[in-house]
Amino acid sequence: MSNVENGMSKAYKNAVTALLFQLADDELLYAFRASEWLGLAPHIEEDVASSSIAQDSMGHAVMYYKLLEDLGVGSEDDLAHLRPANERKNSILTERVNGEGYYMETPQYDWAYHVVRSYFYTQAKKAKVDSLCQSSYEPLVEAAMKIRMELYYHRLHWETWFKQLLSSTDVAKEKMQQAIELVMEDFGDMFSFGKDKQAIEENNLLCQEEALKASWKASIAPVFAKLQIEVPEIPETPHLNGRNGEHTKDLESALATLSEVYRIDPAAGW
Amino acid sequence: MTGVLAMTEEDQMDRFMERIEAGEKIEADDWMPEEYRITLIKLISMHGISEIMGALPEKEWVPKAPSLRRKLGIMAKVQDEMGHGQLLLRVAEDLLKPYGKNRGDIMQDLFNEDLKFHNVFHMETKTWADAGLIGWLVDGAAIITQTDMLKASYGPYARALQRICAEEVFHAQHGEAIIMALAEGTEEQKALIQEALNRWWEALLMFFGPASKSTTGSTKQDATIKYKIRTKTNEDFRQMFFDRYIPRILSLGLTVPDPTLHYDEAEKVWKYAQPDWTEFKKIIRNEGPRSQERLNLRRHSYEHNAWVRDALAAVVN
Ligand SMILES: [Fe+2]
Ligand SMILES: [Fe+2]
Repeated sequence: MSNVENGMSKAYKNAVTALLFQLADDELLYAFRASEWLGLAPHIEEDVASSSIAQDSMGHAVMYYKLLEDLGVGSEDDLAHLRPANERKNSILTERVNGEGYYMETPQYDWAYHVVRSYFYTQAKKAKVDSLCQSSYEPLVEAAMKIRMELYYHRLHWETWFKQLLSSTDVAKEKMQQAIELVMEDFGDMFSFGKDKQAIEENNLLCQEEALKASWKASIAPVFAKLQIEVPEIPETPHLNGRNGEHTKDLESALATLSEVYRIDPAAGW
Repeated sequence: MTGVLAMTEEDQMDRFMERIEAGEKIEADDWMPEEYRITLIKLISMHGISEIMGALPEKEWVPKAPSLRRKLGIMAKVQDEMGHGQLLLRVAEDLLKPYGKNRGDIMQDLFNEDLKFHNVFHMETKTWADAGLIGWLVDGAAIITQTDMLKASYGPYARALQRICAEEVFHAQHGEAIIMALAEGTEEQKALIQEALNRWWEALLMFFGPASKSTTGSTKQDATIKYKIRTKTNEDFRQMFFDRYIPRILSLGLTVPDPTLHYDEAEKVWKYAQPDWTEFKKIIRNEGPRSQERLNLRRHSYEHNAWVRDALAAVVN
């Protein structure tokens, strides 16, 4: 189990690095999109609550980038801010805009989309984090244990919103159904390891893709049953696979914003 | 018959002022004169709504914060400000009860532009240094005025301020850390802080309000002092701000953009060039550089999310 630095084979290290990029980039982009909602949530209490979830996710991104830094891949801030879109490994869902419009102007963000994305993403994260607690890479196990504690509250939060909005007005139900469709279109790479599938699975860093999917479905099934709606199907093949560096334009604009100041002078202290 | 029921308005007022003079805390359900209630409503709803509007200029820099740690820091700060708004609006809502009004009405007053928000939050943020300067000097200024009200005669406000002030101290440290990093950085980074200070200086002086009525035609300081909501005048606060921050500004190698600024040893006061109070009046009339944009953002997101509030109200369980 002591695979850190010393005695780690090159292949093993490559597999760990590949997985860490997927995990770190997911959290960074999810937290970035969530942070665009700051000050604009449907009510003030929600603004405070969802901001805390966004911060936790950013904190998780920091943990994963730090593990990459520890492996000698690069500094956490360079890794988070400077890598171009085609080197990013986040899932397509996490990079999607919150709705029409730039956050600096008067954006038309879609709360139903935020709720569905957050709920489905958080449940997917739970499936992965549970499995990471048995990873062969000890530092990942430690990180996953910490993350798992915070996840309980996140899941509860988004599950409550999900249930409430789907058992309310017709307008809310319709918006939620549309959001579910939109989110599921991008769900094809959520549990994919891309071209690193074999390396990640064979080194027992995380359980197999199919097992993660099953775990996700099982975790949301009771909620869907209660709401009397069908658990949506995960697309067999993603239209774009973020794990292989394939992305939408939304990622480029996100990266331009999140690195705008850092890029003025990456060598300087900020 | 004697007793409470027979007390005339005048008796009640005398009794109330005795309590104020004795330093007793007034609570939400206690009798209070109309003037006191209205003064508090104006003060606290303006404070609360300013926290909420104040989240917007800083929020502009959250996604752009130049490191992971700074992203975490500024997210936490903006969240605190929204939390302050929430806390204060609850205090204001209790005071509004006799008028049958609630938070929705406070928001409508903001949108109708009957309720104003603090002058500093009408300003533009142009660079990352602004995000640092807001924490360092705007929160620093707020600490000065809010600390004075920690002993305010109105108990619920005083207690809310206890918590708020504790967090404001972290905000000022967060801002100062950003400024220190820039001050120790490259020439370009140092220039960012000087340029930000130049742009913010007048707004900072205005933050404390005019020294007297003769400057702008009105000031709220008289009633708040009479009822022991606060103890010091606007000018006292401004002088305290100079005492605390001029040395720190200078020690960072920055220049105050007011060549006349100096400490008058004989009078024991800072002499400074008055900011443009006509501009101040314009700003608080929502005619400042970003007033309408920020109001629109708030109005628009409120309307755009109305379906969510309707949906929540309709959920029965
Ligand atoms: Fe505050
Ligand atoms: Fe603050």
